[in-house]
Amino acid sequence: MRDRSTQASYGLRGRTRLRVWRKGILPWLFVGPLLLLNVAIILGPSVGSAYYAFTKWSGIGPAQWVGLANFRRLVGDRVYHIAFVNNVKWTLIFLTVPITMGLLGSALLAPIKKGQMFFRIAYFVPYVIASVVNTQIWRNILHPTRGIGVLLAERGLKFMDVTFLGSRGTVLYTIAFVDMWHWWGFLVVLYLAAMQAINPQLYEAARIEGASRGQEFRYVTLPGILPTLVFTVLMTIIWSFLVFDYIYLLTQGGPAHASEVLSTELFKSAFFRFEVGYAAAIGVSMSFICTLVVAGFVILRKRGWEI
Amino acid sequence: MTVSSVLRRPRARTVSLLPNYVVLILLVLFSLLPICTLLFNSLKTTAESRLNPLGPPVSGIRWQNYPTAWVQGHYSTTVRNSAIITLGTVAGVLIIAGLAAYSMAILDLPGADGLALYLLVGTSMPAQLFMVPLFFLWTKLGLTDNLLGVIIIYWGTMSPFATFLLRSYMVAIPEDFKDAARVDGASELQVFRRIIVPIIWPGFLTAGLVTGLGAWNEFLFAVTFLHREEMKPISTSLYAFVDRYSRDWGLTSAASVMMILPVIVLFLSLQRQFIEGLTQGGLKA
Repeated sequence: MRDRSTQASYGLRGRTRLRVWRKGILPWLFVGPLLLLNVAIILGPSVGSAYYAFTKWSGIGPAQWVGLANFRRLVGDRVYHIAFVNNVKWTLIFLTVPITMGLLGSALLAPIKKGQMFFRIAYFVPYVIASVVNTQIWRNILHPTRGIGVLLAERGLKFMDVTFLGSRGTVLYTIAFVDMWHWWGFLVVLYLAAMQAINPQLYEAARIEGASRGQEFRYVTLPGILPTLVFTVLMTIIWSFLVFDYIYLLTQGGPAHASEVLSTELFKSAFFRFEVGYAAAIGVSMSFICTLVVAGFVILRKRGWEI
Repeated sequence: MTVSSVLRRPRARTVSLLPNYVVLILLVLFSLLPICTLLFNSLKTTAESRLNPLGPPVSGIRWQNYPTAWVQGHYSTTVRNSAIITLGTVAGVLIIAGLAAYSMAILDLPGADGLALYLLVGTSMPAQLFMVPLFFLWTKLGLTDNLLGVIIIYWGTMSPFATFLLRSYMVAIPEDFKDAARVDGASELQVFRRIIVPIIWPGFLTAGLVTGLGAWNEFLFAVTFLHREEMKPISTSLYAFVDRYSRDWGLTSAASVMMILPVIVLFLSLQRQFIEGLTQGGLKA
């Protein structure tokens, strides 16, 4: 509407004004809502967190500046240590098991024409189901008195009589298993798409050279999907340090902090114990790790990786 | 494609696909059997789920679990809340992200690449970093226990992803289309509405589905910002319901099925858009 009136006025000044409007103002008006929301929801409160991390604050009243006290406490805190180690374990599990399963599934699925769509959909279904429901499904299956463990034990597999979510030795791995069950199919679909984008002539050449299927995978498929693979590795590290839903829903970090991770400890210190400053310090420490990974991501992109 | 693949593939390869099918079918069972146990349990009496906790119902099908769970779980309230949150989030995100993508892809926003990088970094940061101060800010503004309060948060957290997705669609539009409209004297907003949106509506559909799925399933912000019973969406209310009726698997399973039913139906009917959006949106950043 404004454009039409400016376009109507010919003359040099009109045209310059139109130019300023087109190049300098209009694009910012269109991107404005996104920027405003981002500042209000993400950037502003994040800066707030960085400030509160140096204070003692209960959420109401004024915050009291305490310098590095929260971080000093964090370094010496037993629960923080447990949580951090659990996040590292989680990262290692998710970097190996689901990525291997995703590669296996997609490599087996790639040569298949009949029913490929069906398999893709079947593997993807758990990924679209809410975490609340997925955890409910597995809480029943792994139930200590009615679940699969008891059933298998009754049929002779005595060692399966385990309270999967109730004992400190198994709880973290059990939750990781449930989370992976809903996650690996997503990787299959992702890797499959990457494999299908590989130039078929490369496979042809490999076959003429007499490559086995293993060699084909090693020398054609793997290099072809490398950007996607690296992307999922970086994302896995970030998400492993942010994991919250499946742990909070299944155990809230228990029993006795055995499945505690940084995000559950942060959540509890902020909203159960009202130690907002300390919670903010945990948040800052989590962001630090994520920033390192994102920096790696940016460096790879600068070097021309298409990820 | 088919001709070349027939020529390329020797007969022996086709035969050797049998082991592939065997493993792939085992993986399908791994993926779907747990969901089947949920369906089975939703149709059993509590007594039967005790004796037969994993298999299909044998002593008759109990549909009654569904209406009972609907009433006991306050589904008329929670479905309404979740529908408002989901639709409000989708509508807002599509407008916000659509305009932003238009600015970045077509209006040549100066520094668009820098902005994209900033958004990417922002989406990789832990929600817990900004959630705590945001909670106390929202409390001050009266936006906790308020559906709009949560919708605004989802606008902020979900718009960057939709922006990346829509931007990748818009970059692919030929220049001629936009120029033709401008010669007619249309404003940028009119070009956006009349030219861009109709051409890339599949992009909007995909972005809308991904956003809607995220809003419907979301748990962390919902459990933090909505406490009052009459404001809870399905996700957090189901969590409380499962806790309260933990002995009654028939009821809790029926309640769970009701939460995922619309998602599954929509996913199966629009699976191509869902899969494309969920797998490629992040990659196209």
